[in-house]
Amino acid sequence: MTLVSGWGRFPVVDSDVLRPRSLEAVAEAMVSGTVARGNGRAYGDAAIGVARTVAMTGFDRIRWFDPATGCIRLEAGVLLSDLIDTFGPRGFLPFVLPGTRFVSIGGAIAADVHGKNHHCEGGFGRYVDSILLRTGEGETIEASREQNSDAFFATIGGMGLTGIILEATLRLRKVETGWIRERVISASDLDAAMRALDAGDAATYSVAWIDCAARGKDLGRSLIYLGEHAGKDELPAGAAAFPAGKDPGLGVPIDLPSMTLNRFSIRAFNELYYRMGARRAGRSHVVSLYPYFFPLDSIADWNRIYGKRGFLQHQCVIPENGARAVLGEILDRVARRGDASFLAVLKKLGQGDGILSFPLPGYTLALDFPVRGDILNFLDDIDRLVVAAGGRLYLAKDARQSRETLNAGYPALSRFNAIRKSLDPAGNIRSKLSQRLFDEV
Amino acid sequence: MTSRKSVLVLGGSSDIGRAVARAFAKAEYDVGLAGRSVAALEPDAADLRARYNVEVGLHTFDVLDIASFEGFVAGLPALPEVVISIVGLLGVQQQAESDLAHATAIMRSNYEGPALILGLLAEKFLSRGSGTLVGVSSVAGDRGRASNYVYGSAKAGFSAFLSGLRARASRGGVHVVTVKPGFVRTRMTEGMKLIGPLTVEAPVVGAAILRAVENKTDIVYVSAKWRLVMLIIKTLPEVVFKKLKF
Repeated sequence: MTLVSGWGRFPVVDSDVLRPRSLEAVAEAMVSGTVARGNGRAYGDAAIGVARTVAMTGFDRIRWFDPATGCIRLEAGVLLSDLIDTFGPRGFLPFVLPGTRFVSIGGAIAADVHGKNHHCEGGFGRYVDSILLRTGEGETIEASREQNSDAFFATIGGMGLTGIILEATLRLRKVETGWIRERVISASDLDAAMRALDAGDAATYSVAWIDCAARGKDLGRSLIYLGEHAGKDELPAGAAAFPAGKDPGLGVPIDLPSMTLNRFSIRAFNELYYRMGARRAGRSHVVSLYPYFFPLDSIADWNRIYGKRGFLQHQCVIPENGARAVLGEILDRVARRGDASFLAVLKKLGQGDGILSFPLPGYTLALDFPVRGDILNFLDDIDRLVVAAGGRLYLAKDARQSRETLNAGYPALSRFNAIRKSLDPAGNIRSKLSQRLFDEV
Repeated sequence: MTSRKSVLVLGGSSDIGRAVARAFAKAEYDVGLAGRSVAALEPDAADLRARYNVEVGLHTFDVLDIASFEGFVAGLPALPEVVISIVGLLGVQQQAESDLAHATAIMRSNYEGPALILGLLAEKFLSRGSGTLVGVSSVAGDRGRASNYVYGSAKAGFSAFLSGLRARASRGGVHVVTVKPGFVRTRMTEGMKLIGPLTVEAPVVGAAILRAVENKTDIVYVSAKWRLVMLIIKTLPEVVFKKLKF
């Protein structure tokens, strides 16, 4: 057994980790209580098997690529970063880019990850044509919108609980360049931020960074980043059509002592960030896709900023109707508490595609909290606000929500579980997350 | 016949072999992959073609089957510019101490086979008057250690072979590179306790080999830290060294 955790480094639990190299070895690896793991970027306990965790990063081959259509077949362990580096210079990018490029394709499908374009273009699963799945019953099936469609829609956003994703066929987006034309809008409070996001509905990409240390009349002040793919004629003179992606350079070599993160350092950072961004506001300029989509990837091991005890990410989505009041209340509690993350993210989502997909039309707010003190109780209280507003939490980032919160937020759960049962009657596929939240006890 | 550059990777299905093949294909080399099972190499060939739009050829090659070497070289469709030998077998030291067949397999896989095939190719390269040969050896060959001297001694032999071949071949326009990767996170080292700061991923080795070929480097320690570590280990007096546990 090995001690394993997600990106948030909480919880840390025992699981037997195997890294198979062949499909036969995957089949042999499956025992009662197995789940697949990609690159370990899920924050909580989603990619940890109850008994065994099957790490899929050895499966990183492209099967075929059709440059005429942008269709690609690949193994589930290919990283998004690999896909971008390889096919970006050839003029193709994934349709959906989440906040880090170091996720596997299998993980991106299992979490139906969303990007800054979810409000208009949907999530990762929308661009998946088919999936090769090893079910808990030991069958290998191809699932698509037409064939085994229940398994298909349960696998997209299904947190790996329908089986082990082996391969997938995706559609890539044709792009002229790897640059984004960005426009920054500064919003002095939450109302202005929500208005700016609403006004940005027509933009392909939109996201707001909220200063979650700001209180009172500044509550919810933020920088809204709108983005469009830039054409070749918009690039600065001499710029390559596709910028090089740097490896994470400056790393966090050690766990920082928990003192480093306090209300003063967080306040100072947020103040500085807001002011620097506000200075750039208004004008539109061209930025490389790397800082635009993956601002945190440039700092290797940034999860160590939160110290050895790890951190929790709380990401909720609140339906559009009534979102203003709930978001205001959450942000106010967070600001008064004072130890929330450097920056919070607010963005709009559209309808999700999978049965258990997180997105629903509304606003999503993501916050980081170091694990300490009464944080679990504090978040339980926040969850009550989310549930009362008809919202839900993102399973890929969750490590602590309750069954009640889950059941209230995901009404399609019983349908999901019925499909899961049909693919895996013996219940072989189980993760620490499913054990905590769904499995019958 | 194409006018493109070409590389042949012996041991193409290993993690380092795959990474090297990708690095060269990305640099627009056509690739030959050689391994015991051509069928097992198919997915990697498809991967290289889909990613980099290069030509990929597959060849059956067994490093323990020396009788097949001449036929193997004669059967290559064209003599490549670069040949890289990744083949090797870590084996289990404790088993090798009493199991002669196992010890033989380790010695032959890491020294005899790689040295003979690269030697054979060197003759072809020398008659052409150009080319680069790359042998992946090991820091384990820099000094025999109690915990893996069967493997280490074979790698030491291979390193010495490459060093001599380099001296001779350089006069004929042929370059020889010795690569000492140190700890690499691969199938070979799975389950071993590796020292984090001294450990690299396979793609780092792939990039280092491409750089060494293009820059005509003689000896490459993939992580610069290893050069220092091995310098210290090599210069420890034997009387001290034999008391150390590693």
